Amino acid sequence: MALSGMRGLSVFISDIRNCQNKEQERLRVDKELGNIRTRFKNEKRGRGLVALGMAINAFTSTYASEASFFEIRYLWMIFSSGLTPYEKKKYVWKMLYIYMLGYDVDFGHMEAVSLISAPKYPEKQVGYIVTSSLLNENHDFLRLAINTVRNDIIGRNETFQCLALTMVGNIGGREFAESLAPDVQKLLISSSCRPLVRKKAALCLLRLFRKNPDVVNVDGWSDRMAQLLDERDVGVLTSSMSLLVALVANNHDAYWSCLPKCVKVMERMARNQDIPQEYTYYGIPSPWLQVKTMRVLQYFPTIEDPSTRRALFEVLQRILMGTDVVKNVNKNNASHAVLFEALALVMHLDAENEMMSQCVALLGKFIAVREPNIRYLGLENMTRMLMVTDVQDIIKRHQAQIITSLKDPDISIRRRALDLLYGMCDVSNAKDIVEELLQYLSSADFAMREELSLKAAILAEKFAPDLSWQVESHLMHTKSFNVGWFNCVNNRYVDVILQLIDKAGDFVSDDIWFRVVQFVTNNEDLQPYAAVKAREYIDKPAIHETMVKVSAYILGEYSHLLARRPRCSPKEIFSIIHEKLPTVSTSTIPILLSTYAKILMHTQPSDPELQNQIWTIFHKYESCIDAEIQQRAVEYFALSRKGAALMDIMAEMPKFPERQSALIKKAEDTEADTAEQSATKLRAQQQNSNALVVTDQRPTNGTPPVSQLGLVKVPSMSNVDHSLGDQGATQANGILTVVDPQPPEPSADLLGDLLSPLAIEGPPGATAQADYNVAPGAEGVSNAEEALAIAPVGEQTNAVQPIGDIAERFNALCLKDSGVLYEDPYIQIGIKAEWRAHHGRLVLFLGNKNTAPLVSVQALILSPSHLKMELSLVPETIPPRAQVQCPLEVINLHPSRDAAVLDFSYKFGTHMVDVKLRLPAVLNKFFQAITVSAEEFFPQWRSLSGPPLKLQEVLFSAFSSGTVAFVRGVRPISLVEMANLFNSFRLIVCPGLDPNANNLVASTTFYSESTRAMLCLIRVETDPADRTQLRMTVASGDPTLTYEFKEFVKEQLVSIPMISGAPSPAPSQTQPTIAPTSLSDPGAMLAGLLH
Amino acid sequence: MIRFILLQNRQGKTRLAKYYIPLEESEKHKVEFEVHRLVVNRDPKFTNFVEFRTHKVIYRRYAGLFFSLCVDITDNELAYLESIHLFVEILDHFFSNVCELDLVFNFHKVYLILDEFILAGELQETSKRAIIERMGELEKLE
Repeated sequence: MALSGMRGLSVFISDIRNCQNKEQERLRVDKELGNIRTRFKNEKRGRGLVALGMAINAFTSTYASEASFFEIRYLWMIFSSGLTPYEKKKYVWKMLYIYMLGYDVDFGHMEAVSLISAPKYPEKQVGYIVTSSLLNENHDFLRLAINTVRNDIIGRNETFQCLALTMVGNIGGREFAESLAPDVQKLLISSSCRPLVRKKAALCLLRLFRKNPDVVNVDGWSDRMAQLLDERDVGVLTSSMSLLVALVANNHDAYWSCLPKCVKVMERMARNQDIPQEYTYYGIPSPWLQVKTMRVLQYFPTIEDPSTRRALFEVLQRILMGTDVVKNVNKNNASHAVLFEALALVMHLDAENEMMSQCVALLGKFIAVREPNIRYLGLENMTRMLMVTDVQDIIKRHQAQIITSLKDPDISIRRRALDLLYGMCDVSNAKDIVEELLQYLSSADFAMREELSLKAAILAEKFAPDLSWQVESHLMHTKSFNVGWFNCVNNRYVDVILQLIDKAGDFVSDDIWFRVVQFVTNNEDLQPYAAVKAREYIDKPAIHETMVKVSAYILGEYSHLLARRPRCSPKEIFSIIHEKLPTVSTSTIPILLSTYAKILMHTQPSDPELQNQIWTIFHKYESCIDAEIQQRAVEYFALSRKGAALMDIMAEMPKFPERQSALIKKAEDTEADTAEQSATKLRAQQQNSNALVVTDQRPTNGTPPVSQLGLVKVPSMSNVDHSLGDQGATQANGILTVVDPQPPEPSADLLGDLLSPLAIEGPPGATAQADYNVAPGAEGVSNAEEALAIAPVGEQTNAVQPIGDIAERFNALCLKDSGVLYEDPYIQIGIKAEWRAHHGRLVLFLGNKNTAPLVSVQALILSPSHLKMELSLVPETIPPRAQVQCPLEVINLHPSRDAAVLDFSYKFGTHMVDVKLRLPAVLNKFFQAITVSAEEFFPQWRSLSGPPLKLQEVLFSAFSSGTVAFVRGVRPISLVEMANLFNSFRLIVCPGLDPNANNLVASTTFYSESTRAMLCLIRVETDPADRTQLRMTVASGDPTLTYEFKEFVKEQLVSIPMISGAPSPAPSQTQPTIAPTSLSDPGAMLAGLLH
Repeated sequence: MIRFILLQNRQGKTRLAKYYIPLEESEKHKVEFEVHRLVVNRDPKFTNFVEFRTHKVIYRRYAGLFFSLCVDITDNELAYLESIHLFVEILDHFFSNVCELDLVFNFHKVYLILDEFILAGELQETSKRAIIERMGELEKLE
């Protein structure tokens, strides 16, 4: 047994070890602490000096005096306490030992810090080491030591440099970063320092950079960093590589020059060239350096240089193929550490298919092995793989194997299996997986139940079809099969969640039951079923309190829907709920009181006996000590005597605005914090906006996440509050609208100017137009202004140029439902839309492409009068590299071609960017394809006999006719092209209906709130000899629709973006100057119209 | 990055604790207690990784001593697992056939070795020889 070399210390440690019990140990420690305290006793005067020193410091607020302050302090200690440096050292070590045993050491910190100023190594060393163990970076004493530390760093004594760098690297804070970074950088690149100092400087700088990224000045530093990678000393290289990981994670763009060097390092190690024996670990050239280097490479989006790429792939290929399982555990671990990092890099680089399938094959092998670590990592990396590539189908083959791991005795493996199952869940296997999770829930251990139930709840919701579509399908299809299926799935959702609460009540967070209430409230079809289930559960003898809450809430809202069923009279419902009251806590009682009040309201005709029972309860709680309960009791009691008023106030809760599920948010919020942002995650965010990866969506302005659910928590309270505040008005009509957070609509006139469609010319039949045109100002204003909305307004004020043609992007989005709406160097706005009848749901994906946040983000929807649009909250700040989703609900009220505009602005650095973008919520999005037979078409066509229901127009091309045309710019277009064009708008061509092969007949169903589903018919007659003129006739049952529809088709025939070489639309005499060069580009042409 | 390193015996006595993130005293005690409870009862046939709050603990048991590293979720598990072993090899070399008592009586030396091995929560030096030589240099200075 080696002794410490300090006798007093060894004796003390032995004493502690010989203590029989904790009590004795405490006595011994107290004795020692007393002893140390006495030894430091003479410091009373010293402490006075400390106070003086601090006062001086406060006044001068510079660090200039500290060096001398600590020196004085040190000398004072030596002389006043009579302790030799050796004794000093010994006592401070003892203090650290006591501290390690878990005792509070509330004195002596100053002594430890002052030892840093000691002139000799042994004391200085103790000072540094004990300080970095006892204090953390926020301690005030550390600030006082900055100057002393700096002197050691810039001094000539290598040993002191090492001590100082080590302490700063371990506990340095922001202030250290600001005052020491340049000195540390100098040491790192100094040619006169030994590797010993430089490797410490590299990691010390890493610490300072993490505390404050601004201390590393990118411009000058990236070249130095590249040079450092040529380092021969593997220790310095390893440390520098860790530093580089942090730098590239923060901003890879500045460090491109490091990329080829990293590949060189990988090659050097793969060939085991020039790697000293001491750096090979069980025959593997420093596995740690290899792992770090491959980490760095994962932060670069791609490797463009073909030879570098090839070189790296060779190395990776060698790692993938050449890693074998060996007997020696350490060698096996080390080689697999490298292998897993290589897998991650291959996934990141999107290597050739062959290599990718090698990876998948390897992972498939790993998840089936017995060795637990490898199996764990196989599962973990499969989950990561799902995030970056589309391998769902291959992974699905292993589903059975993964489910086996869900039952592994090791919780770590079970967790990974759960994550993977969650990640691989899609429509095809959702049923199996959710069932598997539910089944497992009953046997799962406590540590996992909360996560398990959260994930099951999310999956159940995610794969229950969206509510609004279901309601629509109700209207559209009379076939009960369809409706039945939807209901079945949604019922399944309710089943799953209630089962969850039943089986794992303690682990079901409030969010889960709040969400089920939201879901049921918003989904009428589900309400009777939910009520039945709630009735079943609450009848069970011992149920979890959460189940009481959710059942009582649902029964309060919807039990009247069960009125005709046996044992479901209000009285019976009330009595089974009331049985639970004595068993619940105070947080549940308010919910029960609300339920009683609701039951009372639904009892028609009123039942005096029930009323008395409930009144007695309210009366009883009027004096409850809990304010919430008391208030409800008083209010409900008073309200229930008001008769008719109760009906209005206690009416069913209105629907909740659709939002991102709070559960998904919760799942995301639990994500770990890491020193560097994960490369996988970064990449997932950089991928196209279609990817549903959302990070940190927490709005910095607006409501915090919890308040989303606030409405659910105290359902009836918000209503009651309002009505009480307004006692006179018994007719509380407006009350329920408080939930509806609709933004104030901008004035229609403004919109008229801004949003009018792209009309090249007004319709010829001038008599009809005024009547049919419903959009205010659409035709009145000049053509030039009408085209405004397509181009970003006020472009000149934007220093930031958009990437790609905004108009083209818009046109493309009119035909498809997802894609990029706008992009510039800082942000990408993607869009994904779903349309069902007259409802639409657009999701805007706002992706910050930078490493700095975008601030002052604002999105305003300027919606034309025919669209009702509701945009969810847009956060004011978009964090670096994050993508935020903002759903936008659209309801089409009546036919119109006007487009909605998104007024989007943000600030990046000093740039204020403001763009106005048309949203692709255009007329054709509300078309639904329909094919009609001759028997349906002709009677309809004949019955719509003439204007205003049927309109006809002749279109010419000005080019070919050379005369003044009614409609300019019709492009020669073949019938097939036209049919394709129509079909792309869901305007379905019905072949064979028109006997003349040169004509084309098409139909569609248009949906809006005013017209409901309405058939639109169109016939286009063409002249095979002259493709530039045609006559079209359109018909529908609504005059406005007919007109808008005709104009819409005309626009398409006039303004289809043609492939180059096609004739351009001819300029009109009425239109002002257009630069001839811009003619071929519709976007440019429109931009020209602005001036 | 390594958040903290703990050396604990089976009874939960801390033999070495090094934190690379700022934690309050009470929080440190809690962490030491929780990590011990987390690793002490795990079957030797289990993985060496276990989730701990929002991070994970990579641990390895040598006789009655548990070496635990708390690292980021995204970190390479096996690389850290082997760094524990490398550290043990260094200790073994330095104390020639290390046992728990060496670490108890020479805890200050263990701190010194650790500071040569890991800095700022990252590996600083992976050569056993370099670290042993450096320790020799330092001993001469005392």
